[in-house]
Amino acid sequence: MNFKHKYFFLFPGLFVLIGILIFPIIFVVRLSLSGWNSYNPGLDFIGLDNYIRLFTDDPRFWESFFRLSFLSVTTVVLQYVIGFALAHMVWKDIKFKRFFRVLFLVPMMTTPVIMTVIWRTFFHESLGPVNDILSNFGFSPKWLTDPALAKLTVIIVEVWQWTPFMFLLLLAGLLSLPKEPFLAAAIDGASPVRKFIYVTFPLMAPISIGAIIIRLIEASKIMDTVYVLTSGGPGTSTETSSFYIFIKGLREFQMGYAASMSFTYLIIMIISLTIIAKVLTKLLLKE
Amino acid sequence: MKNCLTAIISSLMIFSPMAYADKWSDQFPHIKATGDIPGDCSYEKMSKKNYKGKTLKINTHAVPVMGEPTALHAEQFEKLTGATVEVTHTPAGDLYSKAMVPFQAGQAPYDVVFGFSNFINDWKRYLAPVPKKYMKSKEMKDVTKSHVGVSSWDGTMYQYPVDGDRHYLKYRKDVIDNPEYQKQYKEATGKELRVPQTWKEYAEMAKYFNGWDWDGDGELEYGSAEVMKKDDLMFAAFFSRSVAYAKNPRTPGGFFFDLETMKPNINNPGFVEALTDWVEATKYVPPGGTNFGLGDEIGSFGGGQTLFSFSWDDAFIAAMQDDSPIKNKVGAAPLPGADKVWNRNTNSWENQYNQAPYIVWGWAVGVAKKSKVQEMAFDYLCFFSNGANHQADLAIGRFGVNPFKNSDFDPNIYINSMGWDPEIANSYTKTLLDMEKSKNRVFPLRVPGVFEFTSAVATGTSKALAGQLSPQEALDEVAKEWEAIVSRVGKKAVQSAYAVGVKMEDNKL
Repeated sequence: MNFKHKYFFLFPGLFVLIGILIFPIIFVVRLSLSGWNSYNPGLDFIGLDNYIRLFTDDPRFWESFFRLSFLSVTTVVLQYVIGFALAHMVWKDIKFKRFFRVLFLVPMMTTPVIMTVIWRTFFHESLGPVNDILSNFGFSPKWLTDPALAKLTVIIVEVWQWTPFMFLLLLAGLLSLPKEPFLAAAIDGASPVRKFIYVTFPLMAPISIGAIIIRLIEASKIMDTVYVLTSGGPGTSTETSSFYIFIKGLREFQMGYAASMSFTYLIIMIISLTIIAKVLTKLLLKE
Repeated sequence: MKNCLTAIISSLMIFSPMAYADKWSDQFPHIKATGDIPGDCSYEKMSKKNYKGKTLKINTHAVPVMGEPTALHAEQFEKLTGATVEVTHTPAGDLYSKAMVPFQAGQAPYDVVFGFSNFINDWKRYLAPVPKKYMKSKEMKDVTKSHVGVSSWDGTMYQYPVDGDRHYLKYRKDVIDNPEYQKQYKEATGKELRVPQTWKEYAEMAKYFNGWDWDGDGELEYGSAEVMKKDDLMFAAFFSRSVAYAKNPRTPGGFFFDLETMKPNINNPGFVEALTDWVEATKYVPPGGTNFGLGDEIGSFGGGQTLFSFSWDDAFIAAMQDDSPIKNKVGAAPLPGADKVWNRNTNSWENQYNQAPYIVWGWAVGVAKKSKVQEMAFDYLCFFSNGANHQADLAIGRFGVNPFKNSDFDPNIYINSMGWDPEIANSYTKTLLDMEKSKNRVFPLRVPGVFEFTSAVATGTSKALAGQLSPQEALDEVAKEWEAIVSRVGKKAVQSAYAVGVKMEDNKL
């Protein structure tokens, strides 16, 4: 029997896949092998020059990458802990359960840039309400101008904005859990803490891994918060990879070099997220 | 008798300039202070054009700075000519790429593109030169020589002048001229309280007036508001602080580079001294001041929070607006100088007073070479900066339109139509005019890949301000990066472009 006609039916899907997924990546790779910039537009071929520059003469990129790793891991861990706690709270039969479920989702539904502008106003060191209140107790933290506190401010804003997403995924997970293990634990007289450690948490492990990976992918692209809050400052203390790539690509218009950074970054992220997923699976699904 | 009176009044209305002005200011209240001012692109002249059925597309800055006057004049232009004008607003950081990406792809989604005057080298090949008709217009003849130079490349004008920018010092006149404070300052420091002549004096006064309520409004005031936020025009603030130490009138041939060798001057002791001063300045800015962008600086000084500020006109104009709490309490003066200036030929300090104005880049606008409505686009730009619009725009700080015409240096404009104190108006216009006359000016860097150079300065200086590197280390890093950029772009390409700017600085153009 001739099955060649099956390719005809596959073609539309493949065409869309190539068009929207493969072509942009191929174009980025091609762009990364060119010296396209403001004074030399066009896809000339300069070989691996951009990659050599990136690996041998650009410590700022690697610094921004390690900073990003710190920020994304910290924010995602916090989002997971807080998101799980909130989801667990409204999973139970509490008063105004529906109200709280909607309320916890509000930050995620706001526009990140607008909310970051508002946070920036809150944390403004001379005009913002946060220091206005804290100054009554003798504190005036330098939220945006001290390198360590600026990182903390970025973390606060990110956690506030994206914990609801974690909450949503984990709540959906909790609502889908089977009731039998909990009934068995109740019959055995397990305390709420033991029930959480030995029943809820293990049952939630697959969903937790998915939620953490999704958030890590998103958090690794952190850009708008940094752009609005600190512009990567003070100095380069809050500069992340995506913000640095943005500066090189769209501020300095080094398109070829920015493409080489983007592609390198993509490869690193694929490798590191695969490792993280495997490690999490091993840790959380060991039984 | 009644008919006779009506005829006399009607004649007066037709032939008197005031009545002529009223005809347009009734319809367009923006120009109510002056009415229409005759010229080649006046309201009267534009009303005779017919662009019905044609569409003009403009990419400009976000509202209000430059974005608001662009939209306002677009609306007026539509009413006068019947054209349709579509205005897109873009954040400052994206203006370059939003025009550059389609330019490089051979497209012209916008007929008119707003940006900054230092884009000129990268943009000029995609822009239409300003036609002779407009070069000969009454409005253009009024533009100062330095701003014709800033808008042109080697004699050809690519950017239509709509704004004039320079950095100068703004200070609280009610403090500096206050006899009680002068006495108090003398007792405390042994020095005169006066308009600072050097950056060291500036620092001493700013420190003294930092962190206490010296204007009795119940709020703490501070020494200085400056643009220190990374990548938010901070490089321009750094150059303002550097010119006094590093622009030596006896060493022509380049402020940023040595034109002959293209070796960067950016890490020589003159620049290092300026950066050392700037790091010290972090001690006398308001809380959070090291994260101030231009908007914060305008709000801080314009709102009465600091004694000093220096950068573009906007903070001064904001302070002098009718709704300002410090209207007529501020003064304008040249940028402070220094008691020594670096001589890069002898590699030594010259211990003599030096001051140099910084004719910084500002708003600029061009017409895309591929635009199909070039004449309409130039008419719009000419209308934008006609006499009446320009004078009205000057009075509104948030518009970001600053003096660039010879007629702007008449103090009566500010006294009569804006209610400025005559002494302040005189000092303001004198400060600006003296910068035009100076023979020791610094012009903005306008070389291929200019953003790479300025971005390197922003990164290096911000590391010094944050304490990540010492001033010398930070500027050594910048110099290394500049050398790498020159090498990537090509030494000859940067050198030939830089030579055009050096000619202006060395008063040869």
